[in-house]
Amino acid sequence: MKLAYWMYAGPAHIGTLRVASSFKNVHAIMHAPLGDDYFNVMRSMLERERDFTPVTASIVDRHVLARGSQEKVVDNISRKDKQERPNLILLTPTCTSSILQEDLQNFVDRASTISDSDVILADVNHYRVNEIQAADRTLEQVVRYYLEKARRQGNLNLALTDKPSANIIGIFTLGFHNQHDCRELKRLLKDLGIEINQVIPEGGLVENLHQLPKAWFNLVPYREVGLMTAKYLEKEFGMSYISTTPMGVVDIANCIRQIEERINLLSPISLNEKVNYEPYIDEQTRFISQAAWFSRSIDCQNLTGKKAVVFGDATHAASITKILACEMGIRVSCAGTYCKHDGEWFKEQVQNFCDEILVTDDHTEVGDMIARIEPSAIFGTQMERHIGKRLDIPCGVISSPVHIQNFTLGYRPFLGYEGTNQVADLVYNSFTLGMEDHLLEIFGGHDTKEVITKSLSTDTDLTWNSESQLELNKIPGFVRGKIKRNTEKFARQNGVAKITVEIMYAAKEALNA
Amino acid sequence: MSIKISETLTFECETGNYHTFCPISCVAWLYQKIEDSFFLVVGTKTCGYFLQNALGVMIFAEPRYAMAELEEGDISAQLNDYQELKRLCLQVGKDRNPSVIIWIGTCTTEIIKMDLEGMAPKLENEIGIPIIVARANGLDYAFTQGEDTVLAAMAHRCPEQENFIVNPQKSEKKSMENLISSLSIETEKIKQSLINRQNRFSLVLFGSLPSTVASQLSLELNRQSINVSGWLPAQRYTDLPILGNNVYVCGVNPFLSRTATTLMRRRKCKLIGAPFPIGPDGTRAWIEEICSVFGIDTQGLDEREQQIWESLRNYLNLVNGKSVFFMGDNLLEISLARFLIRCGMIVYEIGIPYMDKRYQAAELTFLQTTCKKMCVPMPRIVEKPDNYNQIQRMRELQPDLAITGMAHANPLEARGINTKWSVEFTFAQIHGFTNAKDVLELVTRPLRRNNNLENLGWTDLVREG
Repeated sequence: MKLAYWMYAGPAHIGTLRVASSFKNVHAIMHAPLGDDYFNVMRSMLERERDFTPVTASIVDRHVLARGSQEKVVDNISRKDKQERPNLILLTPTCTSSILQEDLQNFVDRASTISDSDVILADVNHYRVNEIQAADRTLEQVVRYYLEKARRQGNLNLALTDKPSANIIGIFTLGFHNQHDCRELKRLLKDLGIEINQVIPEGGLVENLHQLPKAWFNLVPYREVGLMTAKYLEKEFGMSYISTTPMGVVDIANCIRQIEERINLLSPISLNEKVNYEPYIDEQTRFISQAAWFSRSIDCQNLTGKKAVVFGDATHAASITKILACEMGIRVSCAGTYCKHDGEWFKEQVQNFCDEILVTDDHTEVGDMIARIEPSAIFGTQMERHIGKRLDIPCGVISSPVHIQNFTLGYRPFLGYEGTNQVADLVYNSFTLGMEDHLLEIFGGHDTKEVITKSLSTDTDLTWNSESQLELNKIPGFVRGKIKRNTEKFARQNGVAKITVEIMYAAKEALNA
Repeated sequence: MSIKISETLTFECETGNYHTFCPISCVAWLYQKIEDSFFLVVGTKTCGYFLQNALGVMIFAEPRYAMAELEEGDISAQLNDYQELKRLCLQVGKDRNPSVIIWIGTCTTEIIKMDLEGMAPKLENEIGIPIIVARANGLDYAFTQGEDTVLAAMAHRCPEQENFIVNPQKSEKKSMENLISSLSIETEKIKQSLINRQNRFSLVLFGSLPSTVASQLSLELNRQSINVSGWLPAQRYTDLPILGNNVYVCGVNPFLSRTATTLMRRRKCKLIGAPFPIGPDGTRAWIEEICSVFGIDTQGLDEREQQIWESLRNYLNLVNGKSVFFMGDNLLEISLARFLIRCGMIVYEIGIPYMDKRYQAAELTFLQTTCKKMCVPMPRIVEKPDNYNQIQRMRELQPDLAITGMAHANPLEARGINTKWSVEFTFAQIHGFTNAKDVLELVTRPLRRNNNLENLGWTDLVREG
């Protein structure tokens, strides 16, 4: 057992439901007790979805516990088949069905003989995988199912499209800024003269999945979901994939160069000429995206060497770390991710761009790390935003889990060249504005509020005499809490109970030494 | 499909495929109500994910609840659940020092048959903190019924009245001493029990309400010279009310049938069956019923009720003649529907997760008389509704307002049907005379919003086909 009240990644079935409800005309039926359909609330609320979420539950109640589901699941499947006529019904196990160990596959087999829809059982184990892994796995399962079906029926067309084309794999519902990223990726590919073959799962139709192999390559923008599918397609159909996340000026260029390479590999057959994207990269980097210019500008100079902490999913945390360190000259004191299953990859990515690496899914560990480092800004999830609030440190949200305010109505991609602008804004606005910072330090701040005592620790064994209190009040508000904590830390280390002005300066000297 | 509006109350039961909150959500309001408690939900990631998302920002305020998250080793009994729970409870005791730890049993603990009730007394002795077990799981209960399971379990912990009443002459002094030493109950409480003893009865109200609402209701009864001797739950666990066979109990919420049963059968209390104090009509009926049990003639209630209705006039103009459809998810539906009918609305359907006709008997009768009085057809009451069927019915009926869960609210709005999120009724203050306005504030919000957005021509926002 584990004592917890916050988790970064949800349970497995959420991942499956996110994939199912991203496809068009796919219905998921959860084998779950009453109240487990909270996913519908999240989708309807966070995504402000206009349509009913195509997820229902085949309720597990006392009777099911006593006698098994018997006809119930099959009835619910065939009923949904008649009501909604979906292409696919995905039976989704939950933690409850994991331990009931009913033969769900048997229900699926029976139901598929009587319903017009395809019926499959999501192959996820609640106790082994989390939301992210389950989503990755379910997407691969659905793709595999339809490609194998097409192969059996003999309507698998493996001929490539005439013009270069790509599949975008891994855009889906409740993903962090996924809709905006998707639009930006489509624009990028269009600029490069590449057609979009299919985007899955968001808005995709399962009956078109057999056309996936027609694309020249697959683009997997996010590390978390889509890689399994891309690997399957590579193994079965020899389709190559690109998994460099086009986030930040440097990685966008990397990604585009890889695309160039793939196209030129295949182009002798159909294009008779090679593509060269270097002029495009140069034009975009220097003049269209503002991020490269921003990093040269005086504003960004003021950020040089400032400390930041990054935490999030593997994709976003790694990319943001690289952007901060390489593109803005900010010192990343710690980069971390909650994607423990992908920890090795993450470490490899950020190794040279940060002082330390934290791979954990325990939010208290993250909180303690931030309290210890006291960065000037945090880039993390909603949890880190709240840790930042308590410590008076600004936070930019860069990754799930997120709240409704991160599902913006306005256009806010993180990927592509427009994404670089958005990220630059986010980073810049998170730090106290450069010149303001400088002026405040010279003129001693513009607020005379009481001393801020917000901290994660609740020690009150120290007293400040009146002179030191006055001295503390002279310090600008936004660094006062930090100076106070440092002084107290120093006092405690040296066994001093009463803090005087002398102790304050001694602490400052000790810190600089 | 044709829909008949019936002349008498009809009860139906559908498939139970409806959306509601998991009953573990009761920790959200109960941990705030019972200040010295700690709620430990023994369940899986699924439960944790629900709480984390349903409770929103509350989660960041160091709440006095946590998950005991079961891992694969717990499920397959490779780990000893007693030792595991002991470890966590010791940690909770050390970090938070609660007066009581409440274990919330979930679907998983039911299925793997974890003997929480058996382990609690042992562990309680070992660590010296009371442990209460409530099985608030989605296999058996819906949403607000979670509170019912907690209060029913808590009823067993209330001090026994016999300690104070039996042989009053002989051992009065001794029992007083016992009382103070063993139960740390304040002198105020003893005084109150003495007063009530003179009156030869005492009244305990059950149901968790915000403390301001609880004191408003107590005050209303005080005006009729009835002294409320305690609440289940009280603000603190250490202040639980005294129960026994001379105690009358009365519920303030319609979803507390298990608690009522426990109070009657196990604690020998006398239950006052009354409509619930929601809306001025309900509040009045509730007070009248209590007074009649104690043989007290009510004073000034009629004027009080009239005065409240008068103050609601602006709202009543808005709702008059409008129709409502309750999809059903929190068991407040009957009382709310009855109040809205009295406000001049027409209720097509009352969906409700579970209908205890005995516990809600007075409320059902009141609903019936209200319909007759207002000359509107009786609504159909649909127990364990089927949301899919309900949406079909709603398409046909086109109600002016659907009271529904968040899963359906946005899709219905996009189809031009006004909705009010039902969960707000459980979190808002809706009891007593004073708060009748708040109910109508909630109900009329979508209607008022419409008045503001009228004539813009964009009510229907989904593409055809």
